[in-house]
Amino acid sequence: MTTTLEPPTRGSARSRRLADQLVRVAEAATTPYLPSDFMDLFAPLRSGADLRGRIESIHPETADAATIVIRPGADWAGHVPGQYLRIGIDVDGVRQWRAYSLTHGPRRDGRISITVKAVPDGLVSNHLVHEARPGTLVHLEQAAGEFVLPPEGGKHLMVTAGSGITPVIGMLRNLFPSTDEGVLRPARSADHDIVVVHVAPSHPDSIFIRDLEALDAAGAIRLVARYDDEHGVLSVDDLAGLVPDLAERRTLACGPAGLLDALAAHHADAGLSLTTEQFRTARVEPGEGGTVTFSSGTTLDLDGATPILDAAEDAGMLMPSGCRMGICMGCVIPLREGSVRDLRNGAITTAVPGETGDIKVQTCINAAAGPCHIDH
Amino acid sequence: MTTVQKKAVLGQTNPIAHLTEADIEQIGIELDAIRQDVIDSRGASDAAYIRRVIDTQRKIELGSRAVLLFSAFPPAWVLGTMGLSISKILDNMEIGHNILHGQWDWMRDPKIHSSTWEWDMASPAEQWKHSHNELHHTYTNVIGKDNDLGYGIMRVDEDQTWTPASLAQPLFCFINAVFFEYGIAAYDLELGSVIKKKQTKDPEFRRRAKQVLGKIRKQATKDYVVHPALSIPTGSFVPTLAANFTANIVRNLWSNSVILCGHFPEGVETFEKRSIEGETKGEWYVRQMLGSANISGSKFLHLMTGNLSHQIEHHLFPDLPSNRYGEIAPKVQALFEKYDLTYCSRPMVPQVASAWHKVIRLSLPNGWLATTNKKNAPQQLAILYKMATGDRRTRRLLGRKLESEARAAA
Repeated sequence: MTTTLEPPTRGSARSRRLADQLVRVAEAATTPYLPSDFMDLFAPLRSGADLRGRIESIHPETADAATIVIRPGADWAGHVPGQYLRIGIDVDGVRQWRAYSLTHGPRRDGRISITVKAVPDGLVSNHLVHEARPGTLVHLEQAAGEFVLPPEGGKHLMVTAGSGITPVIGMLRNLFPSTDEGVLRPARSADHDIVVVHVAPSHPDSIFIRDLEALDAAGAIRLVARYDDEHGVLSVDDLAGLVPDLAERRTLACGPAGLLDALAAHHADAGLSLTTEQFRTARVEPGEGGTVTFSSGTTLDLDGATPILDAAEDAGMLMPSGCRMGICMGCVIPLREGSVRDLRNGAITTAVPGETGDIKVQTCINAAAGPCHIDH
Repeated sequence: MTTVQKKAVLGQTNPIAHLTEADIEQIGIELDAIRQDVIDSRGASDAAYIRRVIDTQRKIELGSRAVLLFSAFPPAWVLGTMGLSISKILDNMEIGHNILHGQWDWMRDPKIHSSTWEWDMASPAEQWKHSHNELHHTYTNVIGKDNDLGYGIMRVDEDQTWTPASLAQPLFCFINAVFFEYGIAAYDLELGSVIKKKQTKDPEFRRRAKQVLGKIRKQATKDYVVHPALSIPTGSFVPTLAANFTANIVRNLWSNSVILCGHFPEGVETFEKRSIEGETKGEWYVRQMLGSANISGSKFLHLMTGNLSHQIEHHLFPDLPSNRYGEIAPKVQALFEKYDLTYCSRPMVPQVASAWHKVIRLSLPNGWLATTNKKNAPQQLAILYKMATGDRRTRRLLGRKLESEARAAA
């Protein structure tokens, strides 16, 4: 969904010129900072500011999952259920970015929510589930993603595993709002025929299982829940038995890579349509040395002991440089993807597109620790 | 002061003669361990610290500038000027200097990053980072390499030949202190050497000069046009202009004093250019240890100096967050004691006095100050007059005489 951010232009050209001039005076009065740097002190969520949000509340869903309700800044452009959100939060003082599905349809109070499952060694997910506190300011990007239901409805199969339920619950909550009087069936949901095959390790480990069961009991959806401890691990070949009209349905799936890959193969063989969503990108474990690709086109095979700066200069590249001993920050350039190792203490820095974004690294004291892409 | 290397030749005590190669390497290992401790424990409370300081500085600046809109009213002038001076000092020292060092780059906050930060000061961040982070911090106190030693306009070492022009150096030093931000900008541009080498038409120099002039114009427009103009409704144009000028001067004098204390007091060592060829990390550390001086004092003093009161710790670890220097200072000092090195630290006033004493002493011929007392002052002044007006031969002869008298007296 795209919503225009520009307010409709009102007033004469003259009043616009006056506004421009006022902005220029404000900028001249605050240089070298911007007027917004000062306004951010008091109104970080105002219109015109960088998109941010404030955590309003945190609701535990299971022992290791929680829903985070966020009040987004004034420029939040809304979302379609099923879309995800990139959120930047400081963990141990370091800004980290991750993508999470929005788990409520558009809400009347304008709040948005994400549901996070703490994964083992998950820096951000563990922080959000166990450490984050209401009141924390977070950084946001507008909602994105194609994993949505067509508004005209139709017959769909949702295959979800673990926290893969999160984008789907957003769609279902939007179609079938749950109130004190039970599950509602508004007009927009009339043409939707939905089966959910949800896979989880066990019933208590299953996020949103009560919501799914309530929707099933109300006849809004048909739920097929499969628990590893009860039913054994689901094989995609069982799908046809679980969902007899599988061939008539468009499948939307969200879950771990193994399941999605198996589904893709199964559906390709059967000639069925499939839309998938996966968040955790595959990562390469840091190693010793690696191929460094520069955006200028140069590719270098480096060992794990040579500073990237030295190697690039030896290859004839023009590199920014300074003290060559790690103190002046004169050589920093953005690492797009991959890992580098600090030769002074062995510390690894890893850039993951979509999660960390570019990380500026010092090339004079870092060596390649696996394949890297550097923006220079 | 004589370079560490020449001291040995002249029979003075070389402060590092007792260190073996293994000692120096061990010092490097122990300092690396101190650095790693801080890196391992760097986290949310440090991030909260720098954000709190920035938040406070901006609120002080906003408040002071608001008060100065009524600066025709004298108490408002005094309060606003004080606030603005403090705000500018915080901006330059604890915030700007340290962010531009990359001390907070680890937070990955694009707004608080050495590659994006700009500060309230005439020199553009980019140029200052080159001359300060790269040249001064790498070549600290190496004669001929570290231009911070006297900024190319002063005699900072007995080994530099005394000329009559040296007599004016206390005055130059004072003028430089008053207009320090412009001095720094000219220095970052390497204006002196560019003029001397007649390279003012060099396109790279032109680009940088344009950048400096652009920054100065913006800074001056803010302080001397926009804010005074905003004060016109209360009839405060001139008082606000005067307040902003005063705040800039206060900031200049303060930061100049802090910086003089860092490398200029008596007891700080300098080094020969040749001594750093093939220098190891351990040797670099030792040079930083002996080439810097600390200021002892309260937490507030440390904050207002941008923690450059911990100049020794800063020079050893220029990329560690400034709020942690105080915590590692005892460990660093213990290391100095363990290896029998002198940790040069004094309170602010003696440290500034010591630096200025050196400026004055070196403005005079070697040995002149040491051999002068109340009784012989007229004769000594006559000698000085002869040296200042005489030819090179006269200067050399009289200079030698002064030096030998001083040695005899010592």
